This record gives sequence, C-alpha cells and structure tokens, in this order.
Amino acid sequence: MTVSATDRASAMHDDTVAVTVPPERRRSALRQGSRWVAFGFAAPLLVYLVAFYAYPLIRSIDLSIHDYNVRAFVQGDAEFVGLQNYIDVVSAPLFGKALLNTAIFVIGSLVFQYAIGLALAVFFRNSFRLSGVLRALFLVPWLLPLIVSGSTWAWMLNSDNGIVNAALQAFGIGQINWLTSPDTAMTAVVIANIWLGIPFNLVILYAGLQNIPADVYEAAALDGAGAWRQFWSITFPLLRPVSAITLLLGLVYTLKVVDIIWIMTAGGPANATTTLAIWSYREAFGTGQPDLSPAAAVGNILIVIALIFGFLYLRTQRRQEDS
Amino acid sequence: MITRKLRVPIAVAVAAVAAGALAGCAGSSDSGSSGSADTYTWWDPYPQHEEGSDWAERVQACGNEAGVTIERTAYDTTSLTNQALLSAQEGTSPDVILLDNPAVSTLADTGMLTTTEELGLDTSPIDKNLLAAGEIDGETYGIPIGANTLALYYNADILKDAGVDPASITDWASLDAALAGVTAAGHKGITFAGINTEEGSFQFLPWFWGAGADLTALDSPQAVEALELWTGWVKKGYAPNSVIGNSQNTTWEEFLTGDFAFAENGTWQVNSAAGADFATGIIELPALKGGVAPAPTGGEFIIAPVQKDTSRYDTTKRIIDCMTTAEGFVETADTFAYYIPPTSEGQEELLKEHPELETWVSAVQSAKGRTSDNLGTDYPLISEQLWTAVQSALSGAASPQEALAAAQAAAAEATGK
Repeated sequence: MTVSATDRASAMHDDTVAVTVPPERRRSALRQGSRWVAFGFAAPLLVYLVAFYAYPLIRSIDLSIHDYNVRAFVQGDAEFVGLQNYIDVVSAPLFGKALLNTAIFVIGSLVFQYAIGLALAVFFRNSFRLSGVLRALFLVPWLLPLIVSGSTWAWMLNSDNGIVNAALQAFGIGQINWLTSPDTAMTAVVIANIWLGIPFNLVILYAGLQNIPADVYEAAALDGAGAWRQFWSITFPLLRPVSAITLLLGLVYTLKVVDIIWIMTAGGPANATTTLAIWSYREAFGTGQPDLSPAAAVGNILIVIALIFGFLYLRTQRRQEDS
Repeated sequence: MITRKLRVPIAVAVAAVAAGALAGCAGSSDSGSSGSADTYTWWDPYPQHEEGSDWAERVQACGNEAGVTIERTAYDTTSLTNQALLSAQEGTSPDVILLDNPAVSTLADTGMLTTTEELGLDTSPIDKNLLAAGEIDGETYGIPIGANTLALYYNADILKDAGVDPASITDWASLDAALAGVTAAGHKGITFAGINTEEGSFQFLPWFWGAGADLTALDSPQAVEALELWTGWVKKGYAPNSVIGNSQNTTWEEFLTGDFAFAENGTWQVNSAAGADFATGIIELPALKGGVAPAPTGGEFIIAPVQKDTSRYDTTKRIIDCMTTAEGFVETADTFAYYIPPTSEGQEELLKEHPELETWVSAVQSAKGRTSDNLGTDYPLISEQLWTAVQSALSGAASPQEALAAAQAAAAEATGK
C-alpha cells in the first residue's frame, strides 16, 4: 500500500487511523511480516496451480514415456520406453490422416466462425429495435449442453429421416449421407462446429468493436468513405489485436474438440472424422481396453501444436508493439 | 477497510482453510471403499435402478442375509471399467462388482480379481458357454448373474402384409428372400447397429460366426461373406444407410416406428416390443447354411476384487452365493425382466413362469462369449479392427475384402500374433 505524502496529510484530518502513524522501527518489522503475508496470499494459488496444472501435465508426460497397459496401470510397474510411444504414434498409418483431419477441421471451423462472427458483430454494432434480443438469441448454441446440440445435429443430418435431407429433397436434391459417407462426414461435423463457435466469436468481436471510437467513423464519413471502405480501412485494422486473440483462443478450443465429433460420428465412418483429439480419446476410453500411453502421447502432441501457435501469436504481438 | 493488525491472521487463516480443503479432498478418497467391517461396497452398471428400486432392495436383501449393510454405487458400463481400474490402482477396490462380461478378462489380467477357487465358489452348474467369458488360462474370475443375447425381432403386421412366413427363415438365402418380399411390398427391410463402437462388433458377430468365421482370422472368406451380406443389404436398399451410425438404441427406435420388417436387437427389448403399436415376434438369428448362428453373450459377471483384508472374503462369498442360487437367478431375471439365468435349473424355473421367453433361452444356450476361445484381452483389440472394417465396407470406403484384410493386418500387429 503506497500512500503519498499529501494523502497522508489529508488522512490526518480524517479518522481512518490505520496508515497514519508509521514509526521507523515498526515499519521494518511490518515489512518483514508483509513477506509472509504475501506468501500467505499466494499459497492457495500456488497449491492450486501445482495440483491442477503442473501435476496433470507431468502425469500426462509420465504416461506417455512409459508403457502403461491396464496391468501396469494397476500394479504401477510400467516399463520406461522413452519416446517409443511417440514414434509408434507418428508412424501409425492413422497419424497422417488424423493430422490432416485435424487441420481441415480446425481451419474450416475457424475461417467460417470468424467470418460469420465478425459479420454479425458489425451488423449488431448499429443498435436497432430488438437488436439486443436478437444478439442474445445468437448465444443459444453456447448455452445448450453439447450432448443436446450434438444429438440434435445428428438427428437433423440423419441420412434417411433427417430434416436436412427432407428439405433438400423438396428441392429435388437427392439423399446426402451426411454422417455415414466418408466424403461428407467431415463437412457435417465442421458445419455443426461452426454453428457452435459463432457465439464466441460474436461476443468477443462485438466487445472489440465497442472500443473503436465513434469519432473515427464520423471523420471517415465526413471524408466520404462508404460502409465498405469504413470496414476495411477502420474496423478491420483496428480490430486486429482482438481478432488475433479470438483466433488463437478459437484454435486452442477447436484443436481439442472431442465431444461434438464423438456424439455425431464417433470419428467414423472409416476414420473420416478422426482428428488427433478423437484418436486420443478413443485410445483411452473408446474401446474395451484403455490404452493410456499412446493416448497421452497423442494428447501431448496436441499440446505442443497449441503451444507453437501460442508462441507465434506472442511473437507477432511483440512485433506489433515494437513497430 | 481491514486494519493491518488484522491482515496477517486473516491471510494465514485463508491459507489454512484453502490448504485444509485440499487436504480434505485428498484424504477422503482414501477411506472411500472397503470401509468398516459391517459395510460392504457394491458397484454395478445399472444407474437406471435408483435407490429404493426393486433391484436396490434385492441387493440389500443379500447383504442382510450375510449380516452386513451393502453400500451400492451405480456407474454406466464404460465408466465402471475405468473406475474399477482406478480404484484398484489406489487400493480401494469395492468388495463386489457387477461387470459387463467382455471386460472381465481385462480386469483379471491386471491381477485385481480373485478367482472363484480362491473364494470357494461353485461354478459347476453354470452353462459352459456363458462362463467362458470369465475364464482365462484355466482360471475363472467370476460368475454370470444372467445372460442376454441378440435375436431377430419382426413386425408381424408387415410380414403378414408381404406374405412372408417367419418360420420360413432358416438360413441367409431365405432371410434374403424375405427381405426382398417385404421391400417389394413397399416396406423397409431390416435395421441393425453398425456404429463404430463395441456395439457394432456385438451386432455383427452373429453373422460373422454364423458364416463360420473366426476372430483370429478376420480376412477369411467366411468373414468376407458375412460382411458382404451386410453391405449387400444396404446396397439393395433392404437396410437404411443410417445403420452405419446406428447404436442399438437408435436401431430399436427405428423399429418402433413400425416401418421396418426386421430389427436385430437384444433380450432387453422384450418388454418394449410387447408394448409396441404393432404385433411383434422373434426368431433366432439364422446361420449361413441353416441352423442357429451363435450370437455373442451379453450380461454381467459378479466379481470380487482382491482386498488387503482377506477376512472380508467370507462375507463377500455369502453375498455372491445369495445372487447365484437358482432362486437368486430367477429373482434377478424377474427384477430386470430380460435376464436369462445361466444355469439349466434356473432356466427351467424361469420358463415355468414365462414360457414366452423360450426363444431367448435357446438363443442364450447357443450363444458364445466374445472373449472366449482364450482370446481374453486380445478381444478388445480385434473388436476395434472389426468394427472399423464394418464401417469402411458399409460406407463404401473400401470393399469388404479390402476392409477385412486391413483389419486383420492391424489386429495382428496390435495383438502381436
């Protein structure tokens, strides 16, 4: 607590005594005490960080460098295998496919989530009647439990009885096997995930828009800039920091998506929607026999990928600040 | 504003409370199960049967008979296996677990289960084909408390309309003819679950075994023939495309719409079938060249994990005995309405009360455990490849021949054989 001289002087006249009389001797004793106080306040946080962040991470690495089959898991005598699990995972025939699927899933989801989210945010920037209600409605995907929205998407996209195919058939388009054909299953889960991610993008980008001062737009309007020109010359550049963090968070969220894919296709058909996250989940919990070590290895690879993008983000941000 | 004097004690108190809360969390998990001498812990995969249900009371009654209280916890099937493994790792296994039969060999492999011999349980009256799922290398690790399996439900109204006699279906050719008949009459043919989980393998196995194929050779000509039967149904429009993603529940929902002539499903739907808006019937799943195809056995084993305090085994044995007498089996069957007792004595008693279950009793008698043939812990690895192959072939990503060849290669690598 820093109290400036003037404050202290004025405090003299008040009755808040706590900070008024600091004799030299007491002050040094207090300073020593304050170190303990600081530690006392930090301790819960430190315990929390170790228990819920450091330990799981270490455990995950530990799982991935040992050969934990179920027997070793129970008896605790797993053999140390070094990087063998990582080598096995990377050289597995499924790895390339899962990596490609992850890339398609993440890029496909992010591009559309961001574009649609931004369009909606700009749209809602101009308040109009019912704009608040409409904006709230766009949050619904966020509020629904994933098991509900995932199952609903799966029903809607059902090959034989789904409402999507019924609608398409009304326009003379034949049956599309959304979730049961290897050609379209990825498209189907990406569509569902885009729908899920729009509210997140909308909310953050909308908040970012509030920080752009209105007089910039006024000046631009006086100079004769139209809506399109205003968007590309003002909104988009000024929104860049917010866009970057939105995309980074979206990337991290999307990389580790398991639930929506698992509910809709369980990674099928024929691994067409098996991303790295799905692969990891299936190895660990999806079969009758938990295979924890390869699952942890895949999971750690995902963490590394997310970290790489995190560092890329930090670097570009630093460069922006420098310039 | 808090004065400085107060701040230090408050901070210390906050830290102490926080640390205490954490310690409390860690501490309580230790004392979880294997608690006091007169409380026995019991896990089962029936969360639908809540506290106070007939089933919960039946479990408690067995505890009372042994002179102890039973603390029952219900998990869903997959998380039960994981919970059991975790508890074994922490040394806090429950006294009794009811476990889905293909998972028994996985747990037994960890050394966390007692054998029936150690516990002094008599397994001689149990049907050999049902007990096999719990046998690994000559040891038996539990007793089935009941069994269920798959059969073919039919919509009697549709069959009558199409002029198909269910009794005429005795092999694949006659089943195909029946499907051609009902689809020609404008109905939908058959629905089954081809989902890429254990359920998909479970549903495919009767056809796989019915063709004479063996799980150690997924790419045999017989196996290819079985998969071609399924892909043929989808191609010819006898089965809907959605079977690729169907779980057994979804399959049953489709059947209950009344549009489908046939559905492959299990004993557990008996009551639901009786309540359908149309007349239903069941036939056993036919094998390729006639006769009954061996369907995989479903149902739970009662198992006793190893305890540090071996003096608990006596009471555990008495609880298990109570569940596995002939009367006990019939009572379980009545409580669940769909469980077939695993002994001939129990089956006779059940048929006296419910003669309509005859087809099911006979289906259970010719059923086969998935982990039998000493496959044990290899089964989950093989099964994963099998359902993947079924998915690839049904969705058209690969031909049945290619899909099964790839599956066999992957299974051989996974099992190291």
